[in-house]
Amino acid sequence: PLATSNKMTHQYPALTPEQKKELQDIAQRIVTPGKGILAADESVGHMAKRLNQIGVENTEENRRRYRQLLFSADERIDSCIGGVIFFHETLYQQADDGTPFAKMIKDRGIVVGIKVDKGVVPLAGTDGETTTQGLDGLAERCAQYKKDGADFAKWRCVLKISEHTPSQLAIMENANVLARYASICQQNGIVPIVEPEILPDGDHDLKRCQYVTEKVLAAVYKALSDHHVYLEGTLLKPNMVTPGHACPTKCSSGEIAMATVTALRRTVPPAVPGVTFLSGGQSEEEASINLNAINTCPLAKPWALTFSYGRALQASALNAWRGQKENEKAATEEFVKRAEVNGQAAQGKYVSSSDGSGAAGQSLYVANHAY
Amino acid sequence: MSIKPTALQESRASLSVRHTLLASKMTHQYPSLTPDQKKELATIAQRIVAPGKGVLAADESVGTMGKRLQKINVENTEENRRCFRDILFSADPSIANSIGGVIFFHETLYQKSDNRILFPQVIKEKGIVVGIKVDKGTAGLNGTDGETTTQGLDGLSERCAQYKKDGCDFAKWRCVLKISDGCPSALAIAENANVLARYASICQQNGLVPIVEPEILPDGDHDLQRCQYVTEKVLAAVYKALSDHHVYLEGTLLKPNMVTAGHSCPKKYTPQEVGMATVSALRRTVPAAVPGICFLSGGQSEEEASLNLNAINQTPLHRPWKLTFSYGRALQASALAAWKGKTENKQAAQEAFCTRAKINGLASKGEYKPAGHADKSATESLYTASYVY
Repeated sequence: PLATSNKMTHQYPALTPEQKKELQDIAQRIVTPGKGILAADESVGHMAKRLNQIGVENTEENRRRYRQLLFSADERIDSCIGGVIFFHETLYQQADDGTPFAKMIKDRGIVVGIKVDKGVVPLAGTDGETTTQGLDGLAERCAQYKKDGADFAKWRCVLKISEHTPSQLAIMENANVLARYASICQQNGIVPIVEPEILPDGDHDLKRCQYVTEKVLAAVYKALSDHHVYLEGTLLKPNMVTPGHACPTKCSSGEIAMATVTALRRTVPPAVPGVTFLSGGQSEEEASINLNAINTCPLAKPWALTFSYGRALQASALNAWRGQKENEKAATEEFVKRAEVNGQAAQGKYVSSSDGSGAAGQSLYVANHAY
Repeated sequence: MSIKPTALQESRASLSVRHTLLASKMTHQYPSLTPDQKKELATIAQRIVAPGKGVLAADESVGTMGKRLQKINVENTEENRRCFRDILFSADPSIANSIGGVIFFHETLYQKSDNRILFPQVIKEKGIVVGIKVDKGTAGLNGTDGETTTQGLDGLSERCAQYKKDGCDFAKWRCVLKISDGCPSALAIAENANVLARYASICQQNGLVPIVEPEILPDGDHDLQRCQYVTEKVLAAVYKALSDHHVYLEGTLLKPNMVTAGHSCPKKYTPQEVGMATVSALRRTVPAAVPGICFLSGGQSEEEASLNLNAINQTPLHRPWKLTFSYGRALQASALAAWKGKTENKQAAQEAFCTRAKINGLASKGEYKPAGHADKSATESLYTASYVY
């Protein structure tokens, strides 16, 4: 036994070279320069909130119709959308002509992703902190999703900043559960998007957010290392570093960019192919301007820096639609506009002409947002 | 502080309002360095690893110099040690094109050149940064299979402050791990990462850039993949510890081993394979904020160390940090062999040193083109079993 163990390569390699190559290729396709992700994975409950705002009933059919107007956008989005994150229900819905949504998206060369977590649960003994559940049977679910067309997954953990949070436990537990999820995904040919969202709730300033983001991300990457996760086959979906929503000091997009890129440079290994930011309640325009500033920040950035936006890609489209069939084209057009803008922002090429009015400028902040 | 409480703050009736106000306005808790301190550290680090430059590790302890001098039949006296360092430090000023920093041993920091000038001054006048080895050697970790940690934290802050006054701007601390059936153990990894982080934190408080050296020895018959695996685990632990200890990464340098097979491994690997394995491991663990990675030569011959460094810098993967050298033996072997303790050989020794320095400067840019055969001392393996400085 001594002789063989001395000859051992790395103990118990988690993935074959072929598996690694497949994962890396998928990840790189999603964050091809100029492309980002449409996060269309709102749960039934969250779609309720969105549809409520525009006076539309939250039925399965309405949800289907709404996703259809996004997915049927024309070829202009093919150069700015690298991946779409689906909610489970949507993965098995079809367009009016019977084409499964997953096939529609895949056939146009966009990678299909699936939200696999099962929401947050409280961490007892903490100040309202949470972890995220969904590990039970995850391997089997991933295998099935892979068969059904998905090549990446998303799992959201949530942390918050306050006087005593995030606590060591919250940081460690969420980092660990993200690493378990990532490991299981990769075993099933699915690229895990790792999302450790630090909420923008609170009156903390930019520096505090940066400090917390650095600590959280350091813990995440240590956990990924401990769990033998293949970084080249993952993506990160973090918050941008911003002041809290109730912070009296406002920051420019340049300051946000500097703080964000600095935090990432200190924690995210270069092997990670891409960082796809969440929009976290920023308005559509804010999210684009900030992403653009991040990409023009004068620090070396070894990963792609792009978007994984939900509300910040869809707010105008929702508003234009208001549930009316005759508004569908206009709604789709709103979505295409935001997609193109963000595709440019992901390359640092976006020049904002917006005067901040309309749905694009309105803050999409919802207190203590939970998907 | 006269700030009008917001509704959020007023709702926290159970906490004192002033405490709440201060805590809410707190930036990151207890910043360890001021912006000026950070700027100074980052500037020093970048100077050391400026393009085409690396580090001369001339910090051999008295005992280790003894081994070196014995090989060329020179007595290990203070004067002989001074004499040899003088050969290196009095080399032509153009050496500064390839050498960004020199690591000193304590004794040497207070010795003088033949011209009666203090060595740190000689080095500084060439525009090269002065560094100092500050660890006090390894100590056994009880209950492990011969694993160690490194001591030297006691009074380190005061020592660093003094070294800074005496001309130093960076420091070096070496931890040692080994690969075998059960090593490195979780304890060895955690303990060495932690002590490196403590050292780094203390250095930065005193204006010294810490070079963090978690050396994984090349002893053993493990293959390249095993070394890569272990290197990744060790470096992940090191950077987590640095984060936990609030170390400012932009003001540090890393001195790791290259990823190579063990010395008794039957399979041989090319410099390209070494390059690929090394860069992959670093990409997975070393944040881009770290300005530079200065490899130790760990028993490789002079030529091997240069070829491998060159291959590393040609590896077709994106490398966001400088990748350069911090070589001891691999910069000095030929010079020592040429000197043999004789004054009349001084110039030849200096030329040998300058040659290796230039070659490694090129290798740090991936521009080294070896011409024909390297001479004998350059290729002789400098491997000594379980090497200890």
